[in-house]
Amino acid sequence: MKFLTEYRDPALVAQYLDEIRKTVTRPWTIMEVCGGQTHSLVKNGILNLLPEAVQMVHGPGCPVCVTPLNLIDKAVYLAEEKGVMLCSFGDMIRVPGSTKSLLEAKANGADVRILYSPLEAVRLAQENPDREVVFFAVGFETTAPANALSVLQAQRLGLTNYSILASHVLVPPAIAAVMNDDEVRIQAFLAAGHVCTIMGVGEYYALVEQYNIPIVVTGFEPVDLLHGILMTVRQLEAGKANLENQYSRVVKAEGNPDARKVIGQVFTVADREWRGIGTIPMSGWEVRPELAAFDAGKKFDVRIAKAPECADCIAGLVLKGIRKPVECSQFGKACTPENPLGAPMVSSEGACAAYYHYAEV
Amino acid sequence: MCLAIPGKIKSIDYQYGGAVRMAKVLFGGITKDASLDMVPHAQVGDYVLVHVGVAISVVDEEEAEKSFRYLQEIGELDELIDASQIDAPNPDTDR
Ligand code: SF4
Repeated sequence: MKFLTEYRDPALVAQYLDEIRKTVTRPWTIMEVCGGQTHSLVKNGILNLLPEAVQMVHGPGCPVCVTPLNLIDKAVYLAEEKGVMLCSFGDMIRVPGSTKSLLEAKANGADVRILYSPLEAVRLAQENPDREVVFFAVGFETTAPANALSVLQAQRLGLTNYSILASHVLVPPAIAAVMNDDEVRIQAFLAAGHVCTIMGVGEYYALVEQYNIPIVVTGFEPVDLLHGILMTVRQLEAGKANLENQYSRVVKAEGNPDARKVIGQVFTVADREWRGIGTIPMSGWEVRPELAAFDAGKKFDVRIAKAPECADCIAGLVLKGIRKPVECSQFGKACTPENPLGAPMVSSEGACAAYYHYAEV
Repeated sequence: MCLAIPGKIKSIDYQYGGAVRMAKVLFGGITKDASLDMVPHAQVGDYVLVHVGVAISVVDEEEAEKSFRYLQEIGELDELIDASQIDAPNPDTDR
């Protein structure tokens, strides 16, 4: 467990904790949607510092985790069978598909590249005109501008050898899907600061109203998270359900209109399958039909059978905050980050992996 | 991979015949290229939040420094270092 003195601002951390303790009179269940926030809460030992009445449950907000197994298999197939230069972020390259990960495909000789940015993949396409370059484009709203920009850049350059395999997911429909589950007992949400940096906060008013729940847009550092939790429990105790912005020093109410414009030029909202949860209506972005030449899903005709997920994995319950990772019978036994059986164990931002690495359980 | 990391704009240049505004952004000791398409008003010396090679907002210096130090302390800057060491297409311009 972390000691208070290890935090950047221990006095402020202690003050927020104290105020949370003084405010809370009954038990509350709050979900943080963003995997980065889950990671920060667990890694910094904040869960152990909160009063018992405040239960944090962890949402589906890890885009690497919720990328369908079938899509990983497709990426592996493109790299191995179609001779494609397959590029993605480091975390995505490490996720096992039903037979292997992209990293294993790379070890077997496939041309798989770990890149920091999709824009680097466009440069690779430009430098290698005789090769097909595919960027495995996963992410929430925060990552969409970069992936969209890579398509626009390729189009501007007249490249015909660049495309993206997109698995883009959206936060607000995920919140709705969680709330629509009868088993869910969540009373408030922390929304992800960096997602709102792009999208603004406007989309969340409808959720606050429809489900009568407080939503607080929150940063990812310990002080931000504690401040966001404090703002949330103050609303809950007062019987309020409002949208508040804890992270206003970074998140503007209107988000970043330039970024949204670029997203709109390339992507359109569509149904999306979330690994461990299933299909959520209108919960992701796909490449617009007029840009199909840049959509690897359409450009390459890849039909591979859907591999079944492990029957013992309770990922759906974990991703909706109904069960904690430690309540899964496989946790830390058959299922580890080296050999993940399901979505929340595949990346360090998934709830199961975060607990495995950092929690004292 | 979802983090946006704050850095300082060192220089700005126009690529592809002026169509694309790119910056060299300094993160502690590491310099990386970032697109400024989403922050058209950002200037040299400004601090920007950069996510996978694209600046997504301008932040003030104090916020940038605090948040960078936090990320450094908890070891969350690997993706910058990782990616620049493994497989960077152009190692000499990326650092
Ligand atoms: S511990 Fe493994 S098997 Fe259990 S829910 Fe998490 S990912 Fe699935």
